[in-house]
Amino acid sequence: MHSGVFHTSYEADMGLRPMPAQRVRLALFVAAVLIFPFFASNYGLNLANQVAIATVGAIGLNILTGYTGQISLGQGAFMAVGAYSAGLLTLRLGLPWGVSIGLACVITAAVGVFFGLPSLRLKGLYLAIATLAAQVIVEWIITHWTALTGGTEALVIPAPELMGERLNTDFRFYWVGVTAAAGTALFAANLFRSRVGRAFVAIRDQDIAASAMGVNVFHYKLLAFATSSFFVGLSGALLAYYRTIVTWERFTLETSILYLAMIIVGGLGTIVGSFLGAVFLTLLPVLIGSAGQALQDAAPGVAGLVPHIQQAAFGLVIIVFLIFEPRGLAKIWRNVKDYFHVWPFAYRR
Amino acid sequence: MSIRAPEAARIEIDDVSLRFGGVTALDGVTLELASGSLHALIGPNGAGKTSLLNCISGLYRPSGGSITYSIEGGGERRIDRLPPHRIARLGIARTFQNIELFKHMTTLDNLMLGRHMHMRGGVLDGGLYWGRQQREEVSERRSVEEVIDFLELQAVRGDLVGNLSYGQQKLVELGRALAIEPNFLLLDEPMAGMNVEEKESLARFVLDVYEEWNITPVVIDHDMDVVMEICDRVSVLDFGRVIAVGSPDEVRADPDVIDAYLGEEAHV
Repeated sequence: MHSGVFHTSYEADMGLRPMPAQRVRLALFVAAVLIFPFFASNYGLNLANQVAIATVGAIGLNILTGYTGQISLGQGAFMAVGAYSAGLLTLRLGLPWGVSIGLACVITAAVGVFFGLPSLRLKGLYLAIATLAAQVIVEWIITHWTALTGGTEALVIPAPELMGERLNTDFRFYWVGVTAAAGTALFAANLFRSRVGRAFVAIRDQDIAASAMGVNVFHYKLLAFATSSFFVGLSGALLAYYRTIVTWERFTLETSILYLAMIIVGGLGTIVGSFLGAVFLTLLPVLIGSAGQALQDAAPGVAGLVPHIQQAAFGLVIIVFLIFEPRGLAKIWRNVKDYFHVWPFAYRR
Repeated sequence: MSIRAPEAARIEIDDVSLRFGGVTALDGVTLELASGSLHALIGPNGAGKTSLLNCISGLYRPSGGSITYSIEGGGERRIDRLPPHRIARLGIARTFQNIELFKHMTTLDNLMLGRHMHMRGGVLDGGLYWGRQQREEVSERRSVEEVIDFLELQAVRGDLVGNLSYGQQKLVELGRALAIEPNFLLLDEPMAGMNVEEKESLARFVLDVYEEWNITPVVIDHDMDVVMEICDRVSVLDFGRVIAVGSPDEVRADPDVIDAYLGEEAHV
C-alpha cells in the first residue's frame, strides 16, 4: 500500500497528469481509441465521429460558459459560421480543406469576438439574451444572403482528401475527428493550468477582484469569446467536411441548447465533462431508438412513440442532473476515482 | 528572494468627492499616503472608508478632485481616471472587506493569479505549454511559494479556497495581494470578524509586511484598538470628511474624534 506520491520539483508537481494512476488511465483510453475503429461497425464509427465533433464543440462552449462564466446561446450560430466558412472557402476559392478549416476557425473567432462585445456591460441572463441575437442574426444572414450561402439550399462540398485518399468513409474520417478532439482537449487542459486560463476562471468567480488584481477583464472576456469560438468553428467545419452537406437546419437554436445541455450534464468547467456530455447526449437518442425497435414486437405501439420519448428524455435528463448531480458526469467520474483511490478502505486521506 | 523590493511611493488624494445620487459618500477628502509609515484609516461605520479605498483602486470614479500617484524618481500621474487593472499594475494592491477570492480555484491558483501582471504568456503559449511558458509558470510558482511560506499556508496549498475557514481565506486574500509585489497594500477591514488570537496573528503579518518586505500597508478599520497599536499614522474619517490626521496619541486626544466615536458629551 503506497502512502502517496511526492514530487520533488515544481515541474513534476505542475504536470498535466502528475499521478501514475492518471497516466495509466490515459494510456488505456488512448489504446482503446486507437483499437476501436478496427473492431467497430460502420454505424459505431459514425457515432464515434459524431461524438468526436461534438467533443470539440462542447470543449469550445465550456471554455466560454463553464470556465469563463459567460453564458452563450450562440453556439449553433458559431458552428454555422465555421461550417459555412469552411465550405465556401473550398467551393468558391478552391482552397484545400486543411486551409479552409484553419481559416474557418479564425473567421469564427472574429465573429465570436464581435458578438462578445456586449459582455462588456452584460452578465448572466442579459448576456445570454444578447448572444441569442447572434443566433438569430447569423441564421437570418445564411438563409437570406442567397448569393453567398445558397440560402436555404444545402451546400454540397467535396469530401476531403489526405495523401491521395478520399476521407469519405467513417473509418477514414475517424482519424481526423479523433485528432481534432484530442488536440482540442490537450490545448484546453494546458490553457487552464496557465496564465490566461487562470484569468478566465478568475473572471467567472469574481470579476471585480480579478480587475483589482491586474486582469484586464474586458480584454480577457473577448479573448475567451475568441478562443471558444475558434474551437466551436472547428467543430462546425469538421461537421461540414464529415457530412459534405451544409444546411442551416443543423445550426439552429436547438443546437445551441443541445450543447449547453452537454456541458451541464457533462460538467461545467471540466474537459472530461465536455467529452462525457458529448458522448452521453449523442448516444442517448440512439439508445432510446434501438430500445424502441427492440420492443417493436412485444409492444408495437411503442415504436411510434420513440421520437416523443427522445424529446422527453432530453428534458428529463437535464432536470435529473440539475437536481441530483449539478456538477455533472465529471463529478460522478471523480467520485468513482476517489472511491478506488483508497480502496478497499472507505475513507479519504 | 525573487519578489523584488518595493519602490518608495506616494498617493496624494486632493479634494476628492464622491456622490451617489443625493448621497455624499466623500466630501472634499484631502489625504497623503506615503511609503515609510504604517497608515491607518479609521472612522465609524458609513464614514466613507471603503468608498475612499474604492476610489484609490479605481473601482469608483470620484465625482470631483484628483488622486495622484508618484514613485520616487519615476514622475507622477493622475490615477483617478484609470481602470482598476492599470492601478494594480502601478503597484497598488488591495484586499476586500467581504472576502472576494476566486473560490473555485485552489489557494495556489489564487496566488498565481496575483502574479498575472508579471507574466506574459498568451492563449497560444498556454495551450501549447512549451518551453518558455512552462519556465514562466515554474519561476512564478517559486515566487508564490515564498508568499505561501511567509503566511504559513503550506497545508492548504492545494485546497479550493471556498472550503477554507474564514481566517484562512483572509490570509489567502492577503497572500494574493502580496503576490502582486505592490508598493502599497490597501487592507479593507482585515480583522473584521476575527477573535483576539486571530487579530493578533494578522497584526503580526501586517507588521512583517511593513518591516521585512518594505511594503506600505494602509489598514482600514472601525475598531480602533488594534489599529492604534500597530500603525504610526492615523487618519480619521467621519461623514465623508477627514476630521483628524496624526499619530495614534494625537488622534486619540482629538476632541473631534472623541465626538465622532463617543458622542459630544464624552469629553466635557
